[in-house]
Amino acid sequence: MFRSKATALAVVAAVAMPVCQLAHAATDDDLKELREQVRQLREQYEQRIGALEARLKEAERASGEAQVAAGQAAATADQAVAQSSNRPASEGAFNPAVSFILNGTYGNLSRDPAGFRINGFVPTQGEVAPPGRGFSLGESEIAFAANIDQNFRGTLIASLSPDEKIEVEEGFLQTLGLADGLTVKAGRFFSAVGYQNEIHAHAWDFTDAPLVNKAFLGNQFADDGVQVKWIAPTDAYFDLGLELGRGRKFPGGPDGGRSKNGFGSGTLFAHLGGDISDSTAWKLGVSHLRTSPRDRSYTDVDSTGTTVNNSFSGTSRLWALGGILKWAPNGNATVTNLKLQGEYFRRAESGDLIYDTALASLGTQSGGFQSRQSGWYAQGVYQFMPQWRAGYRYDRLSPGSTGLGLVDSGALTAADFPVLAAYAPTRSTFMVDWSGSEFSRIRLQFARDQSRRDATDNQVFLQYIMSLGAHGAHTF
Amino acid sequence: MKFPWKLMTGACLWFAGLPAFAAVNVVACEPEWAALAREVAGDNATVYSATTALQDPHHIEARPSLIARVRNADLVVCAGSELEVGWLPLLLVQSGNRKIQPGNPGYFEAGQFVQKLEVPKTLDRSMGDIHPGGNPHIQTDPRNIAKVATALIARFEQIDAANAEAYRTRGKVFLDRWQAGVSRWEQQAAPLKGMAVVTHHKDWTYLEAWLGLREAGTLEPMPGVPPTPAHLAELVEGMQRQPAKLIIYSAYNDPKAAAFLSQRTRIPAVMLPFTVGGSDKAIDLFSLFDDTIARLVAAAR
Repeated sequence: MFRSKATALAVVAAVAMPVCQLAHAATDDDLKELREQVRQLREQYEQRIGALEARLKEAERASGEAQVAAGQAAATADQAVAQSSNRPASEGAFNPAVSFILNGTYGNLSRDPAGFRINGFVPTQGEVAPPGRGFSLGESEIAFAANIDQNFRGTLIASLSPDEKIEVEEGFLQTLGLADGLTVKAGRFFSAVGYQNEIHAHAWDFTDAPLVNKAFLGNQFADDGVQVKWIAPTDAYFDLGLELGRGRKFPGGPDGGRSKNGFGSGTLFAHLGGDISDSTAWKLGVSHLRTSPRDRSYTDVDSTGTTVNNSFSGTSRLWALGGILKWAPNGNATVTNLKLQGEYFRRAESGDLIYDTALASLGTQSGGFQSRQSGWYAQGVYQFMPQWRAGYRYDRLSPGSTGLGLVDSGALTAADFPVLAAYAPTRSTFMVDWSGSEFSRIRLQFARDQSRRDATDNQVFLQYIMSLGAHGAHTF
Repeated sequence: MKFPWKLMTGACLWFAGLPAFAAVNVVACEPEWAALAREVAGDNATVYSATTALQDPHHIEARPSLIARVRNADLVVCAGSELEVGWLPLLLVQSGNRKIQPGNPGYFEAGQFVQKLEVPKTLDRSMGDIHPGGNPHIQTDPRNIAKVATALIARFEQIDAANAEAYRTRGKVFLDRWQAGVSRWEQQAAPLKGMAVVTHHKDWTYLEAWLGLREAGTLEPMPGVPPTPAHLAELVEGMQRQPAKLIIYSAYNDPKAAAFLSQRTRIPAVMLPFTVGGSDKAIDLFSLFDDTIARLVAAAR
């Protein structure tokens, strides 16, 4: 047993010895090296970890800073947004609101518009003829408007006519809240006589003006002058105004106004307006324009067939009564809405009429002149679906009475004043228009115009009105 | 005919004799600001809203009645950011009232006191009716209302110094109640977070930002342009691929387009009051948001 044990031990020892020896030999030879390597490794790792830790710390610090920076950036962005929400802070920010109106028509007329006249009424020398045949560019408008300072606002609207003429349509200053509802306007502006007269052509519901505006105001009456308007301190709207002007255009005259101190035209007006409900709003106006034209001339073809120049001097008094009513369901006009508008004009003129001022025919003669004439129109425009409107307008002028001293005395005959011979012009107009946005409108209009005694003019117009630039605001 | 001077003079005197002023006369352009003025001023102000919730604040007529109201106003409170560009400037110029001209204490633009979203980087009308100052419909985020309220309280104090203390007190009470309201609404609307919605006009941007909703499209092809059949067809197609959860339109919008899309896509359409008076329940600012959140949560369920 012992032997076997010893033998086993010997065997184990014999087997183990070389291993141990081997191990021992390895320890001896390489351990130092290994240790060294481990130490180096450890050192390296420690260095690397240190470096990593340092980098981590650096990264953390940087990210903190980044957060702060991001916060700052956000704050700056906020400020920038807040600033840009207001107005850009540059010189250009004070530029006035600028807008342009492009307007053009294609016309198909059965009568030549060059021969347009309103029979029974004194020709106005204004731009009363309908747009031309074929393609024609209408008046392009350029408008500038801005507050001048805390006291004044300025507006300049120039029109560029297709024959390369620039005309100042309106150019006026306006007080900004003078006191107690008072506003003063000075410069050239559309007179507050009637309703339609104050509205720019691009905002009209039909291509051309009502016949009363053509016959009594030479299309549109803009005078050089001053307007004072007062609005009553009531919940219902009531205003009262006075205009004093030069009388530079029909019904004043001569064209450009007289060379005299003081004034040549005066207008009084009052408006009353309010809401019937959320859906319906209305406004009524009465106005009176008084001018004292001197040598206001017009041309006519007398009984000899000669074109003669006649001129009127005296006083012209015009009364205008007008109303407008706008309806939209709940006052929301975006889907459907209705607009009704009508005006009645009455004019009395008295003074002297000089026949043939240029001595072209039967010789210059002068006689008394009295006339009382009137006219009216009524129109309705209905938006039947978003962007689409249809409208109808009826015009009628009544010749009333015209007394010519030269005819009464037998010096001349009525045939020498053919344009003044009694006649009641009428016109029916239908239109439909489409507005892609607030800034564009395309309109198709048909009119049966019986302004001329001898001929009915059937007119078709296709018109575009485009506005560029600043967003305009339109009066009621 | 002679000019009836006597009649005119009589009429003037009659009109001039009518009004009696006591409180601060406030004209608000939109119902939400009228409601806010009532909250912070109470009996110290008489408040008139130029528009109702059923009217599109972009398109308002400068009616005679509005000119008359602005003429008599001590304070005009409007959204600004050119929301009222088509009518407010006319009212201001025609009113002949100095107090409410821009730059004076009587002119208050709510939009100036909040951070605007969707401020366009480029301006071109081919992009629709965009506002250079950013999206003007700020009242759909109640946190904006708090900011505006703070500024409005200060403005009332300035205009009506005699009652400054009352405005401060009332204002504080309102702001505290409002803060509680905001927390409540946020809690109620928590499940809506991340929900995709289609809106009629871009007038819910601030609400979307507040509640974390995602705008998946608008019924208008571009801001202010009425929905077109082509655009709606595109939306229907888009919704079939990636459906939104809700179609939102405002009380003043024509509901037809929303109904059309809802019918084609089976996505529910919900009318939101948008402002005070837009629904039967939205009678003041608090009930406006109560109703808005309730309608959203109910429709999204």
